[in-house]
Amino acid sequence: MATEAHGAEEGGLVFHPMDQFIVKPLFGGSDVGMFTITNATLWMFIAVVAVIALMVLGTSRRAIIPSRSQSIGEMAYGLVYKMVEDVAGKDALAFFPYIMTLFMFIVMSNFLGLIPLSFTTTSHFAVTIVLALLVFVTVTVVGFVKHGTKFLGLFWVSSAPLALRPVLAVIEVISYFVRPVSHSIRLAGNLMAGHAVIKVFAGFAALAVVSPVSVLAITAMYGLEILVSFIQAYVFTILTCVYLKDALHPSH
Amino acid sequence: MATETHGTEAGHAADGLADATGVATHSADFAGMPQLNFDHWGNQIFWLLITLVVIYFVLSRIALPRIAAVLAERQGTITNDLAKAEELKRKAGEAEQAYDKALADARAEAQNIIAETKAEIAAELKLATDKADAEIAAKSAELEAAIAEIRASAMEHVVEVARDTAAEIVKVLGGNADAAAIDAAVAQRTKG
Repeated sequence: MATEAHGAEEGGLVFHPMDQFIVKPLFGGSDVGMFTITNATLWMFIAVVAVIALMVLGTSRRAIIPSRSQSIGEMAYGLVYKMVEDVAGKDALAFFPYIMTLFMFIVMSNFLGLIPLSFTTTSHFAVTIVLALLVFVTVTVVGFVKHGTKFLGLFWVSSAPLALRPVLAVIEVISYFVRPVSHSIRLAGNLMAGHAVIKVFAGFAALAVVSPVSVLAITAMYGLEILVSFIQAYVFTILTCVYLKDALHPSH
Repeated sequence: MATETHGTEAGHAADGLADATGVATHSADFAGMPQLNFDHWGNQIFWLLITLVVIYFVLSRIALPRIAAVLAERQGTITNDLAKAEELKRKAGEAEQAYDKALADARAEAQNIIAETKAEIAAELKLATDKADAEIAAKSAELEAAIAEIRASAMEHVVEVARDTAAEIVKVLGGNADAAAIDAAVAQRTKG
């Protein structure tokens, strides 16, 4: 990779914080086709394995008094279940497995991305945009199926003065279609920024003078990133619930 | 999104896309984000969809029903245990009540026995007192009679002595004692 040129520019320091996000074929070759097994594929696969390990193997004893892994699985279940129930309402529980899938994939990918030398699948817009579009399409379809054209009442704020309503409708429509964009970029952006910052600090560690500070900064950022990993997964999930609530109960 | 500007970038990159070095150069650029290398999107989306489908089926078919069952079972166990605890508590309360009742009964019985005994003793005491009183009364009546007798006999003796003495005195004085006169004089004197 073209690191030499770069390193020379920075006067000995080597910065390429974005290299960690490059998608590479795993088994030789250079082309990334549709079905190529890449590092992204590998870490998605590892996320699947981790989800299965936690949610299936961890709960395999079905103990009344749970083991530690079963406790974590149950906590994840309880967290998302309660969120769906509280935010989106009881009738949204039909979508619970779907939302649980999103949450487990995102939270697992986020945490797996914190392993050094790993690849963070959820730092890619390709991934988060698909996740957000899945939610957007689901919510829109559910809204129209459940309420037909009444679903459009979501954009017609009946509690506002009549003169304002068309203006508000335009704003509401725009905000509705911006949802998947903010929904996806929030997640990928947070993870990408955090990982890139850690890499930048790591680059500074090459200088002996600042390396202690740099190592401390990496440690602090890593702690923050652990927080961000969970919070972003949580935020993505709770926003999904909020959007779903709009679809199920569109009245303002 | 800046898809327009990016499209050109991607197109630019597409020139050297056949070889990976071209891609790498493009991605390693400090300003360039590998995230916006649209050539990899298809691959990522394909594998992502497979991943999601697998996770969805694993969760919805195996994991979630199992956890739901475990939670329901635990809830049931907790409810049962609570009910059992409630039942035990009720029993304990009943036992306490029974104990209290037995205690009260025993106390009442003790009171009864005490009262009965007291009454009995009082009756016995009254009987004995009455008897003693009667005895004392009989005795004192007897003594009274004896005293009266003694007093009567003493008086008789006084009268006799007085009569004899008077007769003797009269005789010594040379008179002839008239028995009847002496009797009358003695009776008169002793009367007072």
